[in-house]
Amino acid sequence: MMDLNGVLTVVAVIVLGPLVGGFLFGVDRKLTARLQGRYGPPIMQPFYDFIKLWSKNRIVSSQSQIMYVFGYLFFTVSALCLFALQQDMLMIIFVLAFGGISLIMGAYGVKSPYANFGAQREMLQMVAYEPVLMLAAVAVYMRTGSFMISDIAKLQQPLLFTLPLVFVALLIVLTIKMRKSPFDISASAHAHQEIIRGVYTEYSGPYLALIELTHWYELLLVLGIIALFWATNPIIGIALALAAFLLEIVVDNVEARMTWPWMIKFVWTTGISLTVINIGLLYLLK
Amino acid sequence: MGLVDTARTKSPWILHYDCGSCNGCDIEILACLTPMYDVERFGMVNVGNPKHADVLMITGPANRRNQRVLRNLYDQMPEPKAVIAVGTCASTGGVFHNCYNVLGGVDKVVPVDVYIPGCAARPEAIIDGVVLALRKFAGKNNGEAAK
Repeated sequence: MMDLNGVLTVVAVIVLGPLVGGFLFGVDRKLTARLQGRYGPPIMQPFYDFIKLWSKNRIVSSQSQIMYVFGYLFFTVSALCLFALQQDMLMIIFVLAFGGISLIMGAYGVKSPYANFGAQREMLQMVAYEPVLMLAAVAVYMRTGSFMISDIAKLQQPLLFTLPLVFVALLIVLTIKMRKSPFDISASAHAHQEIIRGVYTEYSGPYLALIELTHWYELLLVLGIIALFWATNPIIGIALALAAFLLEIVVDNVEARMTWPWMIKFVWTTGISLTVINIGLLYLLK
Repeated sequence: MGLVDTARTKSPWILHYDCGSCNGCDIEILACLTPMYDVERFGMVNVGNPKHADVLMITGPANRRNQRVLRNLYDQMPEPKAVIAVGTCASTGGVFHNCYNVLGGVDKVVPVDVYIPGCAARPEAIIDGVVLALRKFAGKNNGEAAK
Protein backbone atom coordinates (compact mmCIF):
# COMPACT_ATOMS: atom_id res chain seq x y z
CA MET A 1 0.00 0.00 0.00
CA MET A 2 2.95 2.31 0.53
CA ASP A 3 3.97 3.35 -2.93
CA LEU A 4 7.09 5.34 -3.61
CA ASN A 5 5.17 8.33 -4.97
CA GLY A 6 3.21 8.71 -1.76
CA VAL A 7 6.31 8.51 0.42
CA LEU A 8 8.12 11.06 -1.72
CA THR A 9 5.12 13.41 -1.58
CA VAL A 10 4.99 13.24 2.20
CA VAL A 11 8.75 13.81 2.53
CA ALA A 12 8.58 16.75 0.11
CA VAL A 13 5.71 18.30 2.06
CA ILE A 14 7.48 17.91 5.40
CA VAL A 15 10.85 19.21 4.22
CA LEU A 16 9.88 21.87 1.66
CA GLY A 17 6.62 22.96 3.28
CA PRO A 18 8.24 25.18 5.94
CA LEU A 19 10.41 26.88 3.30
CA VAL A 20 7.37 27.89 1.25
CA GLY A 21 5.25 28.68 4.30
CA GLY A 22 7.93 30.78 5.96
CA PHE A 23 8.56 32.62 2.70
CA LEU A 24 4.83 33.40 2.42
CA PHE A 25 4.80 34.72 5.97
CA GLY A 26 7.78 36.92 5.15
CA VAL A 27 5.97 38.28 2.10
CA ASP A 28 2.94 38.87 4.32
CA ARG A 29 4.92 41.03 6.76
CA LYS A 30 6.68 42.93 3.99
CA LEU A 31 3.43 43.71 2.16
CA THR A 32 1.70 44.70 5.40
CA ALA A 33 4.56 47.10 6.11
CA ARG A 34 4.41 48.58 2.62
CA LEU A 35 0.65 49.06 2.92
CA GLN A 36 1.34 50.94 6.16
CA GLY A 37 3.94 53.19 4.54
CA ARG A 38 6.97 51.52 6.14
CA TYR A 39 9.90 49.52 4.78
CA GLY A 40 9.21 46.38 6.74
CA PRO A 41 11.44 43.45 7.70
CA PRO A 42 13.34 41.38 5.11
CA ILE A 43 11.42 38.52 3.50
CA MET A 44 13.61 35.97 5.29
CA GLN A 45 12.58 37.40 8.68
CA PRO A 46 10.42 34.42 9.75
CA PHE A 47 13.47 32.15 9.38
CA TYR A 48 15.61 34.44 11.53
CA ASP A 49 12.80 34.50 14.10
CA PHE A 50 12.62 30.71 14.04
CA ILE A 51 16.36 30.18 14.56
CA LYS A 52 16.49 32.78 17.32
CA LEU A 53 13.56 31.23 19.15
CA TRP A 54 15.05 27.78 18.77
CA SER A 55 18.27 28.89 20.44
CA LYS A 56 16.63 30.30 23.55
CA ASN A 57 16.51 28.74 26.97
CA ARG A 58 13.71 26.23 27.58
CA ILE A 59 11.21 27.32 30.18
CA VAL A 60 7.65 26.08 30.54
CA SER A 61 4.91 26.87 33.02
CA SER A 62 3.62 23.31 32.87
CA GLN A 63 5.08 20.12 31.38
CA SER A 64 1.83 19.37 29.55
CA GLN A 65 2.49 22.36 27.29
CA ILE A 66 5.29 20.45 25.60
CA MET A 67 2.99 17.56 24.76
CA TYR A 68 0.28 19.84 23.41
CA VAL A 69 2.58 21.86 21.20
CA PHE A 70 3.88 18.64 19.63
CA GLY A 71 0.26 17.53 19.25
CA TYR A 72 -0.57 20.75 17.42
CA LEU A 73 2.42 20.31 15.10
CA PHE A 74 1.77 16.60 14.49
CA PHE A 75 -1.93 16.94 13.66
CA THR A 76 -1.45 19.93 11.38
CA VAL A 77 1.39 18.23 9.48
CA SER A 78 -0.74 15.07 9.22
CA ALA A 79 -3.62 17.08 7.80
CA LEU A 80 -1.27 18.67 5.25
CA CYS A 81 0.15 15.27 4.29
CA LEU A 82 -3.37 13.84 3.89
CA PHE A 83 -4.17 16.79 1.65
CA ALA A 84 -1.04 16.25 -0.43
CA LEU A 85 -1.96 12.57 -0.81
CA GLN A 86 -5.43 13.69 -2.02
CA GLN A 87 -7.33 11.86 0.69
CA ASP A 88 -10.73 12.37 2.34
CA MET A 89 -11.69 16.04 2.75
CA LEU A 90 -13.81 15.46 5.85
CA MET A 91 -10.96 13.54 7.51
CA ILE A 92 -8.62 16.47 6.87
CA ILE A 93 -11.06 18.85 8.54
CA PHE A 94 -11.30 16.54 11.57
CA VAL A 95 -7.53 16.15 11.92
CA LEU A 96 -7.09 19.91 11.63
CA ALA A 97 -9.72 20.36 14.35
CA PHE A 98 -7.70 18.04 16.60
CA GLY A 99 -4.69 20.26 16.03
CA GLY A 100 -6.69 23.31 17.05
CA ILE A 101 -7.93 21.52 20.15
CA SER A 102 -4.35 20.61 21.06
CA LEU A 103 -3.44 24.28 20.99
CA ILE A 104 -6.45 25.16 23.13
CA MET A 105 -5.64 22.48 25.71
CA GLY A 106 -2.07 23.68 25.86
CA ALA A 107 -3.27 27.18 26.69
CA TYR A 108 -5.84 25.94 29.20
CA GLY A 109 -3.33 23.75 30.98
CA VAL A 110 -1.49 26.71 32.50
CA LYS A 111 -2.61 29.02 35.27
CA SER A 112 -2.23 32.20 33.26
CA PRO A 113 -5.48 34.15 32.84
CA TYR A 114 -4.23 35.53 29.53
CA ALA A 115 -3.66 32.07 28.13
CA ASN A 116 -7.06 30.92 29.40
CA PHE A 117 -8.77 33.90 27.77
CA GLY A 118 -6.90 33.16 24.58
CA ALA A 119 -7.95 29.51 24.74
CA GLN A 120 -11.62 30.45 25.19
CA ARG A 121 -11.43 32.80 22.24
CA GLU A 122 -9.67 30.19 20.12
CA MET A 123 -12.53 27.81 20.90
CA LEU A 124 -15.01 30.47 19.83
CA GLN A 125 -13.10 30.91 16.58
CA MET A 126 -13.36 27.19 15.94
CA VAL A 127 -17.07 27.28 16.80
CA ALA A 128 -17.44 30.03 14.22
CA TYR A 129 -15.69 28.39 11.27
CA GLU A 130 -16.12 24.63 11.72
CA PRO A 131 -19.80 24.56 10.59
CA VAL A 132 -18.90 26.50 7.47
CA LEU A 133 -16.05 24.08 6.68
CA MET A 134 -18.34 21.07 7.17
CA LEU A 135 -21.02 22.53 4.90
CA ALA A 136 -18.37 23.38 2.30
CA ALA A 137 -17.27 19.72 2.33
CA VAL A 138 -20.94 18.71 1.90
CA ALA A 139 -21.24 21.07 -1.06
CA VAL A 140 -18.16 19.50 -2.67
CA TYR A 141 -19.68 16.05 -2.04
CA MET A 142 -22.86 17.11 -3.83
CA ARG A 143 -20.78 18.18 -6.80
CA THR A 144 -18.37 15.26 -7.09
CA GLY A 145 -20.18 12.43 -5.30
CA SER A 146 -17.34 11.75 -2.88
CA PHE A 147 -15.25 13.44 -0.20
CA MET A 148 -11.94 12.39 -1.75
CA ILE A 149 -9.80 15.21 -3.10
CA SER A 150 -8.56 12.97 -5.90
CA ASP A 151 -12.11 13.06 -7.32
CA ILE A 152 -12.12 16.85 -7.42
CA ALA A 153 -9.21 16.82 -9.84
CA LYS A 154 -11.16 14.46 -12.14
CA LEU A 155 -13.93 17.00 -12.78
CA GLN A 156 -14.12 18.66 -16.17
CA GLN A 157 -15.04 22.04 -14.77
CA PRO A 158 -13.29 23.94 -11.96
CA LEU A 159 -15.25 23.89 -8.71
CA LEU A 160 -15.36 27.68 -8.71
CA PHE A 161 -17.97 27.73 -11.48
CA THR A 162 -20.54 25.64 -9.60
CA LEU A 163 -19.58 26.56 -6.02
CA PRO A 164 -18.93 30.33 -6.10
CA LEU A 165 -20.84 31.06 -2.88
CA VAL A 166 -18.97 28.30 -1.06
CA PHE A 167 -15.75 29.91 -2.27
CA VAL A 168 -16.74 33.24 -0.71
CA ALA A 169 -17.66 31.48 2.54
CA LEU A 170 -14.25 29.75 2.51
CA LEU A 171 -12.55 33.13 2.07
CA ILE A 172 -14.16 34.13 5.37
CA VAL A 173 -12.83 30.93 6.95
CA LEU A 174 -9.40 31.71 5.46
CA THR A 175 -9.41 35.06 7.27
CA ILE A 176 -10.03 33.29 10.57
CA LYS A 177 -7.44 30.57 9.94
CA MET A 178 -4.80 33.11 8.95
CA ARG A 179 -5.62 35.11 12.12
CA LYS A 180 -6.21 38.32 10.20
CA SER A 181 -8.35 41.25 11.29
CA PRO A 182 -11.30 41.37 11.86
CA PHE A 183 -10.88 37.85 13.25
CA ASP A 184 -7.51 37.91 15.01
CA ILE A 185 -9.32 37.49 18.29
CA SER A 186 -7.52 34.72 20.10
CA ALA A 187 -3.93 35.82 19.73
CA SER A 188 -3.70 39.23 18.09
CA ALA A 189 -0.77 39.98 15.84
CA HIS A 190 2.28 41.71 17.09
CA ALA A 191 1.34 45.16 18.24
CA HIS A 192 -2.06 44.36 19.73
CA GLN A 193 -1.47 43.28 23.31
CA GLU A 194 -5.00 43.31 24.68
CA ILE A 195 -4.62 39.87 26.26
CA ILE A 196 -0.83 39.90 26.02
CA ARG A 197 -0.30 37.19 23.42
CA GLY A 198 -3.53 35.28 24.09
CA VAL A 199 -3.33 31.60 23.37
CA TYR A 200 0.49 31.72 22.87
CA THR A 201 1.29 33.63 26.07
CA GLU A 202 2.91 30.87 28.06
CA TYR A 203 4.96 29.45 25.21
CA SER A 204 8.52 30.60 24.74
CA GLY A 205 11.74 29.70 23.00
CA PRO A 206 11.80 26.41 21.08
CA TYR A 207 8.11 25.68 21.74
CA LEU A 208 7.09 29.02 20.28
CA ALA A 209 9.33 28.20 17.32
CA LEU A 210 7.35 24.96 16.84
CA ILE A 211 4.10 26.92 16.93
CA GLU A 212 5.46 29.26 14.24
CA LEU A 213 6.43 26.21 12.19
CA THR A 214 2.91 24.82 12.57
CA HIS A 215 1.49 28.11 11.30
CA TRP A 216 3.62 27.79 8.17
CA TYR A 217 2.26 24.29 7.49
CA GLU A 218 -1.30 25.43 8.28
CA LEU A 219 -1.05 28.33 5.84
CA LEU A 220 -0.04 25.93 3.07
CA LEU A 221 -3.01 23.70 3.89
CA VAL A 222 -5.64 26.45 3.86
CA LEU A 223 -4.20 27.99 0.69
CA GLY A 224 -4.24 24.51 -0.84
CA ILE A 225 -7.94 24.17 -0.04
CA ILE A 226 -8.54 27.50 -1.83
CA ALA A 227 -6.47 26.29 -4.79
CA LEU A 228 -8.73 23.20 -5.05
CA PHE A 229 -11.40 25.44 -6.50
CA TRP A 230 -9.51 25.43 -9.78
CA ALA A 231 -8.04 21.97 -9.65
CA THR A 232 -8.23 21.44 -13.43
CA ASN A 233 -5.25 23.74 -13.99
CA PRO A 234 -2.76 23.74 -11.07
CA ILE A 235 -1.11 26.98 -12.19
CA ILE A 236 -4.39 28.89 -12.10
CA GLY A 237 -5.24 27.15 -8.83
CA ILE A 238 -2.04 28.40 -7.22
CA ALA A 239 -2.66 31.87 -8.67
CA LEU A 240 -6.15 31.79 -7.13
CA ALA A 241 -4.68 30.85 -3.76
CA LEU A 242 -2.09 33.65 -3.97
CA ALA A 243 -4.81 36.14 -4.95
CA ALA A 244 -6.82 35.09 -1.89
CA PHE A 245 -3.63 35.48 0.21
CA LEU A 246 -3.14 39.04 -1.06
CA LEU A 247 -6.81 39.82 -0.44
CA GLU A 248 -6.40 38.68 3.18
CA ILE A 249 -3.42 40.97 3.67
CA VAL A 250 -5.36 43.96 2.33
CA VAL A 251 -8.42 43.11 4.46
CA ASP A 252 -6.17 42.78 7.51
CA ASN A 253 -4.85 46.28 7.03
CA VAL A 254 -8.24 47.81 6.34
CA GLU A 255 -10.25 46.16 9.09
CA ALA A 256 -10.04 46.61 12.83
CA ARG A 257 -10.20 43.70 15.23
CA MET A 258 -13.80 42.95 16.18
CA THR A 259 -15.40 41.18 19.15
CA TRP A 260 -16.11 37.46 19.37
CA PRO A 261 -19.94 37.82 19.47
CA TRP A 262 -19.76 39.77 16.22
CA MET A 263 -17.45 37.16 14.72
CA ILE A 264 -19.83 34.29 15.48
CA LYS A 265 -22.86 36.25 14.29
CA PHE A 266 -21.15 37.29 11.06
CA VAL A 267 -19.52 33.98 10.18
CA TRP A 268 -22.60 31.91 11.01
CA THR A 269 -25.12 34.13 9.18
CA THR A 270 -22.94 34.91 6.15
CA GLY A 271 -20.95 31.68 5.94
CA ILE A 272 -23.73 29.22 6.65
CA SER A 273 -26.33 30.98 4.51
CA LEU A 274 -23.93 31.26 1.54
CA THR A 275 -23.03 27.56 1.67
CA VAL A 276 -26.64 26.45 2.25
CA ILE A 277 -27.88 28.59 -0.67
CA ASN A 278 -25.17 27.10 -2.86
CA ILE A 279 -26.08 23.55 -1.77
CA GLY A 280 -29.78 24.34 -2.40
CA LEU A 281 -29.02 25.63 -5.89
CA LEU A 282 -26.95 22.54 -6.65
CA TYR A 283 -29.80 20.34 -5.46
CA LEU A 284 -32.43 22.21 -7.52
CA LEU A 285 -30.31 22.35 -10.68
CA LYS A 286 -29.44 18.65 -10.64
CA MET B 1 29.21 35.34 13.54
CA GLY B 2 27.54 31.96 13.35
CA LEU B 3 24.03 31.36 12.07
CA VAL B 4 22.51 31.52 15.55
CA ASP B 5 24.24 34.81 16.38
CA THR B 6 23.15 36.31 13.07
CA ALA B 7 19.56 35.23 13.73
CA ARG B 8 19.72 36.68 17.24
CA THR B 9 20.94 40.03 15.90
CA LYS B 10 18.31 40.10 13.19
CA SER B 11 15.32 39.25 15.35
CA PRO B 12 15.34 41.04 18.69
CA TRP B 13 11.93 41.03 20.28
CA ILE B 14 11.43 43.86 22.69
CA LEU B 15 9.55 44.06 25.95
CA HIS B 16 8.96 47.65 26.90
CA TYR B 17 8.32 48.29 30.60
CA ASP B 18 7.43 51.64 32.10
CA CYS B 19 8.89 51.59 35.60
CA GLY B 20 7.44 54.84 36.88
CA SER B 21 8.37 57.02 33.95
CA CYS B 22 6.66 60.28 33.06
CA ASN B 23 5.92 58.56 29.70
CA GLY B 24 8.21 60.88 27.75
CA CYS B 25 10.70 58.08 26.98
CA ASP B 26 7.83 55.63 26.43
CA ILE B 27 6.39 57.86 23.72
CA GLU B 28 9.80 58.03 22.07
CA ILE B 29 10.20 54.25 22.21
CA LEU B 30 6.79 53.72 20.63
CA ALA B 31 7.62 56.41 18.08
CA CYS B 32 10.43 54.14 16.92
CA LEU B 33 7.81 51.65 15.81
CA THR B 34 5.95 54.15 13.65
CA PRO B 35 6.60 54.48 9.90
CA MET B 36 8.91 57.44 10.54
CA TYR B 37 11.66 55.39 12.20
CA ASP B 38 10.28 51.88 11.59
CA VAL B 39 12.46 49.58 13.67
CA GLU B 40 10.49 46.60 12.42
CA ARG B 41 12.74 46.63 9.38
CA PHE B 42 15.48 45.41 11.74
CA GLY B 43 13.22 42.63 12.90
CA MET B 44 12.35 44.32 16.17
CA VAL B 45 8.84 43.61 17.36
CA ASN B 46 7.24 45.04 20.46
CA VAL B 47 5.92 41.89 22.08
CA GLY B 48 4.12 42.55 25.33
CA ASN B 49 5.09 39.21 26.78
CA PRO B 50 8.31 38.67 28.78
CA LYS B 51 8.35 35.02 27.79
CA HIS B 52 8.64 36.00 24.13
CA ALA B 53 11.07 38.88 24.54
CA ASP B 54 14.85 39.08 24.17
CA VAL B 55 15.44 42.71 25.05
CA LEU B 56 13.92 44.49 28.03
CA MET B 57 13.65 48.25 27.56
CA ILE B 58 12.97 50.02 30.83
CA THR B 59 12.03 53.64 31.35
CA GLY B 60 11.62 55.49 34.60
CA PRO B 61 13.42 55.10 37.92
CA ALA B 62 13.18 51.97 40.06
CA ASN B 63 11.20 52.51 43.23
CA ARG B 64 10.29 50.38 46.22
CA ARG B 65 6.95 49.26 44.76
CA ASN B 66 7.90 48.29 41.24
CA GLN B 67 11.24 46.65 42.01
CA ARG B 68 9.34 43.39 42.59
CA VAL B 69 7.47 43.69 39.30
CA LEU B 70 10.62 44.58 37.40
CA ARG B 71 12.57 41.68 38.90
CA ASN B 72 9.63 39.35 38.11
CA LEU B 73 9.54 40.44 34.45
CA TYR B 74 13.32 40.09 34.15
CA ASP B 75 13.23 36.58 35.64
CA GLN B 76 10.46 35.47 33.27
CA MET B 77 12.51 36.26 30.19
CA PRO B 78 14.38 33.24 28.86
CA GLU B 79 18.14 33.46 28.27
CA PRO B 80 19.86 35.01 26.38
CA LYS B 81 18.50 38.43 27.19
CA ALA B 82 19.67 42.04 27.21
CA VAL B 83 18.48 44.98 29.26
CA ILE B 84 18.41 48.57 28.05
CA ALA B 85 17.82 51.47 30.41
CA VAL B 86 16.20 54.22 28.35
CA GLY B 87 16.37 57.78 29.56
CA THR B 88 18.10 59.49 32.43
CA CYS B 89 15.63 58.27 35.03
CA ALA B 90 16.20 54.63 34.18
CA SER B 91 19.97 55.11 34.09
CA THR B 92 20.53 56.94 37.36
CA GLY B 93 17.22 58.07 38.76
CA GLY B 94 17.40 61.41 36.98
CA VAL B 95 15.77 64.34 38.73
CA PHE B 96 14.03 61.91 41.08
CA HIS B 97 17.14 60.20 42.41
CA ASN B 98 16.80 61.49 45.96
CA CYS B 99 13.04 61.03 46.39
CA TYR B 100 12.07 58.97 49.40
CA ASN B 101 10.53 56.17 47.34
CA VAL B 102 13.10 56.00 44.54
CA LEU B 103 15.91 53.45 44.72
CA GLY B 104 17.80 55.01 41.81
CA GLY B 105 18.36 53.74 38.29
CA VAL B 106 17.03 50.35 37.27
CA ASP B 107 20.49 48.85 37.64
CA LYS B 108 19.70 48.69 41.35
CA VAL B 109 17.23 45.89 40.48
CA VAL B 110 18.35 44.18 37.26
CA PRO B 111 21.72 44.01 35.46
CA VAL B 112 21.76 46.58 32.67
CA ASP B 113 23.67 46.19 29.41
CA VAL B 114 23.13 49.55 27.71
CA TYR B 115 22.30 52.96 29.11
CA ILE B 116 20.65 55.51 26.83
CA PRO B 117 20.77 58.98 28.38
CA GLY B 118 18.37 61.76 27.48
CA CYS B 119 15.25 63.35 28.81
CA ALA B 120 13.45 62.26 26.79
CA ALA B 121 15.86 60.06 24.83
CA ARG B 122 15.54 60.72 21.09
CA PRO B 123 14.37 57.87 18.85
CA GLU B 124 17.69 58.02 17.00
CA ALA B 125 19.52 57.53 20.30
CA ILE B 126 17.18 54.68 21.21
CA ILE B 127 17.85 52.93 17.91
CA ASP B 128 21.60 53.43 18.45
CA GLY B 129 21.30 51.94 21.91
CA VAL B 130 19.38 48.91 20.68
CA VAL B 131 21.98 48.27 17.96
CA LEU B 132 24.71 48.42 20.63
CA ALA B 133 22.75 46.01 22.82
CA LEU B 134 22.38 43.63 19.88
CA ARG B 135 26.14 43.45 19.43
CA LYS B 136 26.53 42.48 23.07
CA PHE B 137 23.57 40.13 22.76
CA ALA B 138 25.08 38.27 19.83
CA GLY B 139 28.13 37.50 21.89
CA LYS B 140 26.13 35.97 24.72
CA ASN B 141 25.53 32.27 24.92
CA ASN B 142 22.84 30.89 27.18
CA GLY B 143 23.76 32.19 30.61
CA GLU B 144 27.33 33.27 29.87
CA ALA B 145 27.68 37.00 29.29
CA ALA B 146 30.40 38.18 26.91
CA LYS B 147 30.86 41.88 27.70
